[in-house]
Amino acid sequence: MSDTVAHGAHPPGFAHQFEDMTQQREAGNLGMWVFLVTEILFFGGMFTSYIIFRTLHFASFEAGSHLLKVQFGATNTVVLIVSSLTMALAIRAAQTGKRKGQIIFWLILTMFLGALFLGLKLRYEWYADYVEGIVPGISWNSGAHAPGVELFMCFYFFMTGLHAIHMVIGLGILTVLVIMAARDKFSSRYYAPLEISGLYWHFVDIVWIFLFPLLYLIGGRYQ
Amino acid sequence: MSEHSEHDGPVGHVVPISTYLLVFLALIVGTALTTWIAYIDLGRWNTPVALTIAVVKMTLVVLFFMHVKYATGLTRIVILAGFFWLAIMVTLASSDELTRNWEIVPQGWNMIVPFASRLF
Repeated sequence: MSDTVAHGAHPPGFAHQFEDMTQQREAGNLGMWVFLVTEILFFGGMFTSYIIFRTLHFASFEAGSHLLKVQFGATNTVVLIVSSLTMALAIRAAQTGKRKGQIIFWLILTMFLGALFLGLKLRYEWYADYVEGIVPGISWNSGAHAPGVELFMCFYFFMTGLHAIHMVIGLGILTVLVIMAARDKFSSRYYAPLEISGLYWHFVDIVWIFLFPLLYLIGGRYQ
Repeated sequence: MSEHSEHDGPVGHVVPISTYLLVFLALIVGTALTTWIAYIDLGRWNTPVALTIAVVKMTLVVLFFMHVKYATGLTRIVILAGFFWLAIMVTLASSDELTRNWEIVPQGWNMIVPFASRLF
């Protein structure tokens, strides 16, 4: 039984310490989730300090939030959600044994959307913030703002910056996946790198799902 | 399960495209809803509503896009442990900061002394 797997023909991508491909996949996914739990706590530290400082500077955080551009925050949320769908479809294409061209198509579309997110963020948000003078320490020309607003903008740049670094790393991982797919590394039996990278990509999407309301929408925008 | 199916079919659960599209649609609707609600004055409820929508969106991504609905119990318990640790971090850190201005002891002493003198 397992002898045929261990000593007979090795399926591609199969590591011999595992019973079979199913066990290997479950072990890999579990390992990735353990890493993602450390990531939850990594971002969690920022969310915790955000919660505490928001209770201390309630009105300033609301005023700071109103300086951000909701239309770009919302657009980028949609862009990331679409990229999560295309990532899931890339994995599904491998699972169902589609041609490698289809896997590569979904991967490159995911990369395009990730790059679009970063481009919109850089061009229409961070650069605009720099011109507007609401970047603490670098370009801060509005003396009217209370120190609490400056604190909020620090949180905004650190949180979105850390998220953007994760996006850049994700784009690097996706590049490797495209090369692997081009070299026929994936099949319906073995697609672990795709699925594990997908978990990472979706995690980064989830972080943004929380950053969007916490940074752009807190306290409402109706004033 | 026969040896045959174990070695031929795809490894892991294949989620139907229709499920992915439904989840995707729900996520887009959630984004539109949370943005729209932010422009309506709900008083103190704006933030809880926005966070509830975010939690629902996260749950959908985790269950379907991240395949946790079809994952083993071990993986699920690891994920729940992660959120539990996050809850510990937020609760303990906030319990310090949010209770600093209560000043129970000074008020208590002021009240206890006249109260005690009346008792005896």
